[in-house]
Amino acid sequence: MPLELEDPRVIEFDVRTDEMLVNMGPQHPSTHGVLRLVLRTDGEVVSEVEPHIGYLHRCAEKIGENLTPRQWVPYTDRMDYLAGMNMNLGWSLCVEKLLDHQLSEKALHLRVIIAEMGRIASHLVGMGAYGLDLGSFSPFLYAFREREKILDLFEEACGARLTYSYITPGGCTADLPSGWLQRCADFLDQFEPIIQEYHALLTTNAIFIKRTAGIGVMSPEMAIQYGCTGPVLRGSGVDYDLRRDGEARYTEMYDGYAFEVISEQNGHYPKDHDYPAVPKDAVLGDCWHRFYVRMLEVVQSVDLVRQAIDRYSTASGDYGVPIKLTTKLPKGEAYLETEAPRGQMGFYLVSDGNAIPWRVRARSSSFCNLSVTADLCRGCLIADIPAVVGSLDVVMGEIDR
Amino acid sequence: MADFFEHTLHFPVWLAYLVAALIHCVLIIHVVAVGALIFIWMERKISGRIQDRLGPTRVGGAFGWLQTLADGIKLIAKEDITPGDADVMLFKIAPYVSFAASFCAYIALPFSDGWVAQHLNSAVFFVLAVLGLEVFGVILAGYASGSKWSLFGAMREAAQVVSYEVPLGMCVVVPVFVCGTMNLVTIGNMQSGLFTNWLIFNDPFTFAIFWVYFTCAVASVNRAPFDLAEAESELVAGFHTEYSGLRWSFFFMAEYGSMFLVSGLAAILFFGGWNGPFPIAEPLATTLVNVVTLGNAESWGGLSTYLANLMGCVNFLLKGFVGVTVMMWIRWTLPRLRIDQVMTTCLKYCVPLAAVCFLGAMFWQLNGMPTGNDLMGFQRGLQTEGWVETADREATAVTPAGSADLSADGESLVPVAADRSDGDHLSGLAENGGAG
Repeated sequence: MPLELEDPRVIEFDVRTDEMLVNMGPQHPSTHGVLRLVLRTDGEVVSEVEPHIGYLHRCAEKIGENLTPRQWVPYTDRMDYLAGMNMNLGWSLCVEKLLDHQLSEKALHLRVIIAEMGRIASHLVGMGAYGLDLGSFSPFLYAFREREKILDLFEEACGARLTYSYITPGGCTADLPSGWLQRCADFLDQFEPIIQEYHALLTTNAIFIKRTAGIGVMSPEMAIQYGCTGPVLRGSGVDYDLRRDGEARYTEMYDGYAFEVISEQNGHYPKDHDYPAVPKDAVLGDCWHRFYVRMLEVVQSVDLVRQAIDRYSTASGDYGVPIKLTTKLPKGEAYLETEAPRGQMGFYLVSDGNAIPWRVRARSSSFCNLSVTADLCRGCLIADIPAVVGSLDVVMGEIDR
Repeated sequence: MADFFEHTLHFPVWLAYLVAALIHCVLIIHVVAVGALIFIWMERKISGRIQDRLGPTRVGGAFGWLQTLADGIKLIAKEDITPGDADVMLFKIAPYVSFAASFCAYIALPFSDGWVAQHLNSAVFFVLAVLGLEVFGVILAGYASGSKWSLFGAMREAAQVVSYEVPLGMCVVVPVFVCGTMNLVTIGNMQSGLFTNWLIFNDPFTFAIFWVYFTCAVASVNRAPFDLAEAESELVAGFHTEYSGLRWSFFFMAEYGSMFLVSGLAAILFFGGWNGPFPIAEPLATTLVNVVTLGNAESWGGLSTYLANLMGCVNFLLKGFVGVTVMMWIRWTLPRLRIDQVMTTCLKYCVPLAAVCFLGAMFWQLNGMPTGNDLMGFQRGLQTEGWVETADREATAVTPAGSADLSADGESLVPVAADRSDGDHLSGLAENGGAG
């Protein structure tokens, strides 16, 4: 009697070994804080990934309903603790929108400088930590070496190195110290050539490409459906950046700046002349592209800061005086999204006319970016999970708030 | 050494051998332990240098060279934790199995001409076989820990090490048949003279196979980029996740022991072992003894040989250290491969490459094609004239290798006899090939 395969699944089922449930995190070196992933594995192959969140929940939003907007600024620092400046900026703009507060030209350029420097610092951590996820230790140290210099500059400006609370509703807490712009420009000159080192160690490294190219491929449609934003969205080739496409109150900061949205359009990235070429194994939307978008954004931010320094030194007005602590908020609501390093960071504020908001909510980019994990990791190997989760570059403080 | 105790001190035979064995063990265990101490310190300093930081700077003076010792004391003082789910006995013996395997392999590893704990005819085979046992300890650790991450690490290690044994063995066989012996002392002595005598320069295939050997060696001792078994970003710490304190440090000592072992093996098989690039150790030692003893070197007997051997030992250690340093350099530069890629590297690249080099080197050898020495137009060193003429090799290579230890041992006759038959066979083949 000839053998017949009635149902191929039966064979597949036969070959299968026992499945194992493995708990990855919340204490695990590569889950970027306190993310917990429950893996269903068949040997090294992962059949299902379920992310669990909430281990870093600190009731930040509820606290915001008991404080005045300026008092809540330090809590935004602690959301995305790697990009505190950008969090401050999002919240400040939201409050200013409700107050309809207009900033001087100088204050706007100052914010561009600070926000873009924050983006560089944040992407440096993202890049270095991604190297760690893939087992390469040294890029992390190289990234931190440069980030330290940015933190030094921030420290000069506001006195803090991690939780800045520098940008506040109404402007900034202080003007830049004298000579700061020059030191910042010096840093950029020194930093720009170093990016090539990162490319040599990671972007163009053969093993790195092997580990990331074609892994965790996310189609543009899927990225949009899941609400992914930031480099995760642009890594899939969607041409969307709030600095260009956002609300007028936010995009006016970037009026007159020369910059392009970093995403692959028609097979190539903007300004690709001095960047390493895309390897042939890489598929649009894979881990390599998400990483690459971040690297290119660093270069772009360097460019933006340079422009902002030029314009700041000739701009008129003051750095922006913060609103008074007891400023009464007008009755109404405001929602504003900004392009934080990890994506679209939205703040929502409802006021009943008091100085203390009635409702405060935050829309986190990492939350949506993380939600694709289960889909991207299905059927991959255990070693690919750090590669995929790392390429999403999530910060748990922002997800759990 | 056993003879010394038996005949000079009149110990009973069993005691003589026991004492000799113990002395060798103690010496080697110190080499491994102190070696690990130095390598861990080196790893810290090298990674510091690579990563733009200082590394340890305080404990033991400016270079922090006692840092590892301080850490060792800390590890000894730590609480010995055994997880509740662990298979206690296996969990406890696993690190020692791992360490013992790495340490036992040193028994056959010569540090200089004749400076070896036990002369073995099949030293190459012994080293590989015993080194392969290290994986046994790792599997035990992974299985006994009662942790899923440990199990993953152990399974990865098992798969990886077992596959890499194949190309590793093929690589090691090439120098063996070029020399016609598995005795590491003889292989080392056959490469004395100018550096062109080193086996890596023997023919293009030995040159190529060294790189395959090094890749496989890195993989078989679980160093980056093949350190999947302890991949910290994926498996927390792999097979030693649940270990702490001294037991954990035994895994480390085993790892560093193996690292030096495979580097030392590479030094002997490809880089002339204890022979420097220029044959100056012997004349230098003789001159030195002559100067010190006012021309009475003859009456001081073995002193100049001893000195020359000591220089050879330094030479060997330096070569081994270079190998270890390169492994560290790789570790702090490259990302880690994935398990399927590690397997692909082994089965799709290393095995075919090793096989091709194996056949090529055999072809080269059989046809008596020119070695590096011939091409460079150098005269062969005195001792290497015996490469084909086995009788000469026996006379020149083994006897001066001599050292009291070896010639008195009585066992040294066995390798020589084996060499002769092997060598005859080879030279006969070579003649046939040449005639054909």
